[in-house]
Amino acid sequence: MLQMKTHYPDAHRIEPAKRHTLAVVVDNEPGVLARIAGLFSGRGYNIESLTVTETEHEAHISRITIVTTGTDSIIEQIKSQLERLVPVHRVVDLTLTGEAVERELCLVKVVGKGDYRVEAMRLASAFGARTLDATLTSFVYELTGTTGEVERFIKLMTAVGLVEVSRTGVAAMSRGAEGIM
Amino acid sequence: MSETMTGAEMVIRALQDQGVEHVFGYPGGAVLPIYDALFHQEKVRHILVRHEQGAVHAAEGYARASGKPGVVLVTSGPGATNAITGLADAMMDSIPLVCITGQVPTHLIGSDAFQECDTVGITRHCTKHNYLVKSIEDLPRVLHEAFYVAQNGRPGPVVVDLPKDVQFKIGAYLRPLSNQHKTYRPTVKGDMNHIRAAVELMVNAKRPVFYTGGGVINSGPQAAALLRELVQLTGFPITSTLMGLGAYPASGKHWLGMLGMHGTYEANLAMHECDVMINIGARFDDRITGRLDAFSPFSKRIHVDIDPSSINKTVKVDIPIVGDCAHVLEDMLRLWRQGAKQADKIALQEWWGKIEGWRSRNCLAYKNSQESIKPQYAVQRLYELTKDRSPYITTEVGQHQMWAAQYFKFEDPNHWMTSGGHGTMGYGLPAAVGAQLAHPGSLVIDIAGEASIQMMLQEMSTALQYNLPIKVFILNNEYMGMVRQWQELLHGGRYSQSYSESLPDFVKLAEAYGAVGIRCDNPGDLDAKIMEMINVNRPVIFDCVVDKTENCFPMIPSGKAHNEMLLNDYLGETGADIGSVIDEKGKMLV
Repeated sequence: MLQMKTHYPDAHRIEPAKRHTLAVVVDNEPGVLARIAGLFSGRGYNIESLTVTETEHEAHISRITIVTTGTDSIIEQIKSQLERLVPVHRVVDLTLTGEAVERELCLVKVVGKGDYRVEAMRLASAFGARTLDATLTSFVYELTGTTGEVERFIKLMTAVGLVEVSRTGVAAMSRGAEGIM
Repeated sequence: MSETMTGAEMVIRALQDQGVEHVFGYPGGAVLPIYDALFHQEKVRHILVRHEQGAVHAAEGYARASGKPGVVLVTSGPGATNAITGLADAMMDSIPLVCITGQVPTHLIGSDAFQECDTVGITRHCTKHNYLVKSIEDLPRVLHEAFYVAQNGRPGPVVVDLPKDVQFKIGAYLRPLSNQHKTYRPTVKGDMNHIRAAVELMVNAKRPVFYTGGGVINSGPQAAALLRELVQLTGFPITSTLMGLGAYPASGKHWLGMLGMHGTYEANLAMHECDVMINIGARFDDRITGRLDAFSPFSKRIHVDIDPSSINKTVKVDIPIVGDCAHVLEDMLRLWRQGAKQADKIALQEWWGKIEGWRSRNCLAYKNSQESIKPQYAVQRLYELTKDRSPYITTEVGQHQMWAAQYFKFEDPNHWMTSGGHGTMGYGLPAAVGAQLAHPGSLVIDIAGEASIQMMLQEMSTALQYNLPIKVFILNNEYMGMVRQWQELLHGGRYSQSYSESLPDFVKLAEAYGAVGIRCDNPGDLDAKIMEMINVNRPVIFDCVVDKTENCFPMIPSGKAHNEMLLNDYLGETGADIGSVIDEKGKMLV
């Protein structure tokens, strides 16, 4: 009683946090992304990656892929809270529906000469990266892969003169014949 | 057939088509065309408030007293930002509102124009949904959709931000055949398998309790009637949150009183000891649950809520039912009747025996006084002297609000308007204005504190302008009482900034507004003065001078469970200061 400093209940539950990929189908109307991003920041949820583009132009429907981490109960809350938003049609937890296919694309600029340059070319070909631009002192590579592959590629390129990275974030889709629409 | 008209005229026409009778608002540059359109008609009556926050609270009071959506009309910039507190309040308490805000012309949006603010950006977090209408073609649909979204599913406030150039534009108005949003379809009917499982659990319950909330009120009078039937049929005890008072009558024999931080001993212990909890339209708010890991440790829980995000948010439940309270209650009743179900009579009798034991503690007892008016006594007398008139009660926020919830007995839904989730001081007076407009012939009383009332006091002027005979009943203890109580409990009685210094003379203040002022500081005069207040057919400010140090009990101290309540009788005969009582742990924990 004497220790009570606040009238709010204590934070208590300790559960393991897991990474989940959510596909969110929304009306592509002004402010919809702000609504979703605001929901995450306002309620203290994490966003690790977020990608969005209109996927059905006639119907003005966009698909948002969000990678987030949280305990099972938090993930359930995130899903319910997203579904509560008026312009949100559907939320699918791709992590729960089985091993989803996940890919992201990165562009990497490396600058260097001599051995550095040769090593950069070797690494790029080992990863199957495409060369999009080359000068006498630089390359721009494109790599598509899982987040893990992209992370590894960038880490290795850092040692051979990486100067700039641009990543799209994760796009994901469930395996099998069933669609989410 | 569509008709050609301006955007401003469309706004008024849409309100008329929606059957709106009252709009609460305040004019300004960016809504002048709409005010001009208002001028040319008589179907929609505009109520001019004195501050935009007051407009929103008045619309909330109107909505809750009438069951219809409240409508607000304010200008851009400061008009919109002043409305924010009200919108946040309506969001937390799920009140259906449509708030139309003016905006600078579309070509000036983003240029920091005069009285420009990003209204949809600012209100995104405190509305259920909002719209910025940039094209006249979208306007008729958006206006009607706003009413649909505000009222369907879990109700809430919807903002329609309307740039001034769109108000002037001419377009085709056609009332849509349906107000529906193109995709938003909240679940109304509960899953029958879950309802069946819930009824099965209820049949086998030994120590059941109904825990109901504002969702029952929002679902409409039908839900309250069905709830009463179900309680009658099952014979289970029932308690309710602050927001749900009136859904089940306080005079009903199964009524345990309100639960939660300042709920009754019997209600909280029943929650703690129950084996089956039936939550209907409540959301396990932290003021209800207390310490979460000790909350109702022995129960299987059924949770009926129209909002899926309320389920398993803070408290895990065994049988979730997503749906509207009235629909689910109807199904529960049907299943109960069809199966000719019988509750476990013997177990129930034993359970009631236990509850009677708790009830005999008489947790709302207090030590009355001949010298000073005890605030609890004031509310009790106010109830006794007005109950025959079935009054509408609003409150501000603080001790007086809790005393009103504890000592005023509510028999019917929609008669109790208070700021629950957001806890907004200043809510009560404008809410009373709204309630009085919804029920012109009825008695409407704002039970207030001397601190809260000063937050929206200017709305007295609104009450006068429209001849609304609201009664403002101030429990004046010269303190922000709840703050003072917490400082006594938690901060060693250091009353930092909680004394109401330099109070106005409320009687003179009432007179300055053209209202009636009454002061009472003697328990002996109280009844006569309350009668004088209700017999005046004009707005009244009643300055009820009460005991300054009275605390609000019972109380679940923070971080404690329902079975660790603090009761009034531990204060002892002399009213010893509570700080010293708290030290003796065994004494004060029940």
